[in-house]
Amino acid sequence: MSIYDKTLHGQNVLGETSQTVSSQAASMSRRALLKGAAGLTIAFYLPRLAKAQTVVAQPETFAPNAFIRITPDNIVTVLSKHLEMGQGPYTGLTTIVAEELDADWSQMRVASAPANAKLYGNSIFGGLQGTGGSSAIANSYEQLRKAGATARAMLVEAAAAEWKVPVAEITVERGTVKHAASSRQATFGQLAEAAARLKAPTGDVQLKDPSQFRLIGHDGIVKKLDVPGKTNGTAKFTIDQYEPGMLTVVVAHPPRFGATVSHVDDGAARKVAGVVAVKTLPTGVAVYANGMWPAIKGREALRIVWDESKAEKRGSAELFEAYRQQAKTPGKIAGAKGDAEAALKKAGKVIEAEFTFPYLAHAPMEPLDGFMMWDGTTAKARFGSQIQTLDQGAIAGILGITPDRVQIETLLAGGSFGRRAQATSHLAAELAQAVKAIGPGTPVKLVWTREDDIRGGYYRPMFVHRLRGAVENGKIVAWSNTIVGQSFMAGTPFAAMIKDGIDPTMVGGAREIFYDVADFNCDVHMTDVGVPTLWWRSVEHTHTGYAVECFVDELLQVAGKDPVAGRLELMAKHPRAAGVLKAVADLAKWSDSKPAEGRARGVAVVESFESYIAQIAEVSVGDGGEPNVHKVWCAVDCGVAINPDIIRAQMEGGIGYGLGHILYAEVPLDSGHVVPSNFDGYRSLRINEMPEVEVTIVKSNEKPTGVGEPGVPPIGPAVANALARLGRERPRRLPMVRGTV
Amino acid sequence: MATYRLKVNGQTHDIEALPDTPLLWVLRDNLHMTGTKFGCGVAQCGACTVYMDGSPLRACSMPVSGVENSEITTIEGLAGREAEAVQKAWVARDVPQCGYCQSGQIMSAIALLQANKNPTDQDIDLAMNGNICRCATYVRIRAAIHDAAQSLRG
Repeated sequence: MSIYDKTLHGQNVLGETSQTVSSQAASMSRRALLKGAAGLTIAFYLPRLAKAQTVVAQPETFAPNAFIRITPDNIVTVLSKHLEMGQGPYTGLTTIVAEELDADWSQMRVASAPANAKLYGNSIFGGLQGTGGSSAIANSYEQLRKAGATARAMLVEAAAAEWKVPVAEITVERGTVKHAASSRQATFGQLAEAAARLKAPTGDVQLKDPSQFRLIGHDGIVKKLDVPGKTNGTAKFTIDQYEPGMLTVVVAHPPRFGATVSHVDDGAARKVAGVVAVKTLPTGVAVYANGMWPAIKGREALRIVWDESKAEKRGSAELFEAYRQQAKTPGKIAGAKGDAEAALKKAGKVIEAEFTFPYLAHAPMEPLDGFMMWDGTTAKARFGSQIQTLDQGAIAGILGITPDRVQIETLLAGGSFGRRAQATSHLAAELAQAVKAIGPGTPVKLVWTREDDIRGGYYRPMFVHRLRGAVENGKIVAWSNTIVGQSFMAGTPFAAMIKDGIDPTMVGGAREIFYDVADFNCDVHMTDVGVPTLWWRSVEHTHTGYAVECFVDELLQVAGKDPVAGRLELMAKHPRAAGVLKAVADLAKWSDSKPAEGRARGVAVVESFESYIAQIAEVSVGDGGEPNVHKVWCAVDCGVAINPDIIRAQMEGGIGYGLGHILYAEVPLDSGHVVPSNFDGYRSLRINEMPEVEVTIVKSNEKPTGVGEPGVPPIGPAVANALARLGRERPRRLPMVRGTV
Repeated sequence: MATYRLKVNGQTHDIEALPDTPLLWVLRDNLHMTGTKFGCGVAQCGACTVYMDGSPLRACSMPVSGVENSEITTIEGLAGREAEAVQKAWVARDVPQCGYCQSGQIMSAIALLQANKNPTDQDIDLAMNGNICRCATYVRIRAAIHDAAQSLRG
């Protein structure tokens, strides 16, 4: 049963009723593409189904390419190659198609594309199908504009042939194809069958001039497609999957990272009513049950002896101490200009700051989970897969089949923030191991509890940044930054990104800074710790943004400069960064308004994933000494703005996500044991702690870039810099508030 | 295992479960009513909020044996002016991002407006701070509650 079967039977993942895409159409389309493998270099960019009209089971479905289906009921369905985990790609990708198609927004629907890297690869991921790095819009914009424009051209051609009028005399407006001179018109649905019989045009299709956009960049018409189902409880996530005979699986994971199962006594667990089986997997001990509660109770009743001989037994205090010592020695040079050491030696006074960043859990609201059916020859998985191609390969490898026998239906994910994008595919692998251990014929739903999530590793790594700088005559003359932390790229399929021992996902935003400093150095130490780590919303910018923006603010303070004007003086070579900084200063009336008594404002500007964000935070200190963040102004330049309201929403959410973590969140380890286990120990931002947010989008004709992550990094340093203006030290150890849970 | 008779959204269901099974897992695994979500299991996040006899309850922390004589309402069974106003406001503001916590948010918001037609920001903080949204859609949740309150006041 795939999403396509389901859409035929009434409900798709968004909880809407529609009849759009047929399973046959989707699978036949894949086959058609595979058959024409020679054409795939072109097809990768805009896969064309040259023979779509002859292979689709429903000839009346117009399938001009891999992304668009138009049915006689006048519904246009966009197949999203990107996972919807809250950042809005379902709506964003659909907007791009609708724009070039000149469709009416009310006729647009979205469905998740199947796992098929040849059709749905991400050019920013080197062709792997996957979502992340704020790349959904960036890698789809041109592709989907062409897809939409091609479909439009074919609908026009179909109308011209039917009405026997020249193509040039036909117009398309909000889903209606018109020939004014003869007063004829037709809907896309009415033309679908005729268009399906046409050959896709060869050569370039005409794209709209952006001045003609009526959806892209505009407010009011586009409404998020996934919102109705997420407001009435009908949206289906992985945890909502049920099939006859399905068993729910929870896995007992080791108490320390790197430990393995030595001995299991499952007698008591098997006696729990509802427990069906207990199996040892490479990752732990799996309890299979009729439902979640017996599975949890069964897991509690297990007695497991763990082999901890290879486990990581250090605590975070110990690790930080080692990192701090290492930060005092030179690492591998990631970026340098002039001679920072010499300039520091020459300087009258060296300003030094050491910042420490804890492990952070992503803690998406929906803990990790996956559903799979395995009949002994093919596997059908349904989950919020974020890198489908790697997950497909991992499942295939474990089950001993080829990846084409692994179907992945990508479901809505209840948040990710990086957690579901696993270079190691560890969740898909555990799911496949669970399915394999129980044997073919039993559908399995693997569910991690919140405790599994918080204690399960794959954290934003701990980091230490040691910064040294010097100011002479009101000018920053030297800057040195030594970074210490773990690389989560090493040993994964992405390890090729590590060049000359430098992992760019440790140093981005620090190896080059916006600020013109004559003598500059950034070096890095890669540590070896047995705690699994992973990218976390905005990746390295979670720590480099904080360290750099706090430190430049401190140096500017020493230099007697205004935080905005002082930065701008040093940013001549970075006009887009300067642009958002000016924009946010205007928005907050930085120069000509004063915050209320007892409050101060701080500023920060960070570029990540080629989007530029500046934020100003207005902060006071509460009775308990906790910072209160009252208001945040935010300016964003993400190139062409596709959906302004989604951009604003991502800035709001990114600010809240960033703020919650710099204020409250850490995952400390005690002798290798993870201390917190749930939201009572891993404090999350709540509504009473959320500031008011005002966003301005800087007008830009640059190519569109992402917004899912870039809203996160500036809020931390903006708050820290505001605290400095209240006479406090910029917090150098995060989180700012500790010991309150 | 024991048999329990539950009244959910006006319908009576006879189900079999362990006596300490949280209502959440009965709703989901026995009745396949999936709008009520699992987020933490320890009444910290509010994703599982339902009503017991009209009052908000964390379904993850209430055993099924404790709800036999009560009326349970889930997101699937919402009705009434407040529910309509809140859901409409949620759609108008495009509140959800990942959406996973939103059933619980909406349940809490409706309960607030049933008790208080004119909530202040502080009232909203008090009523809603048991519901975590990791996407931090809080700005829009607040705005949507004010919108819904306004529409209810006419």
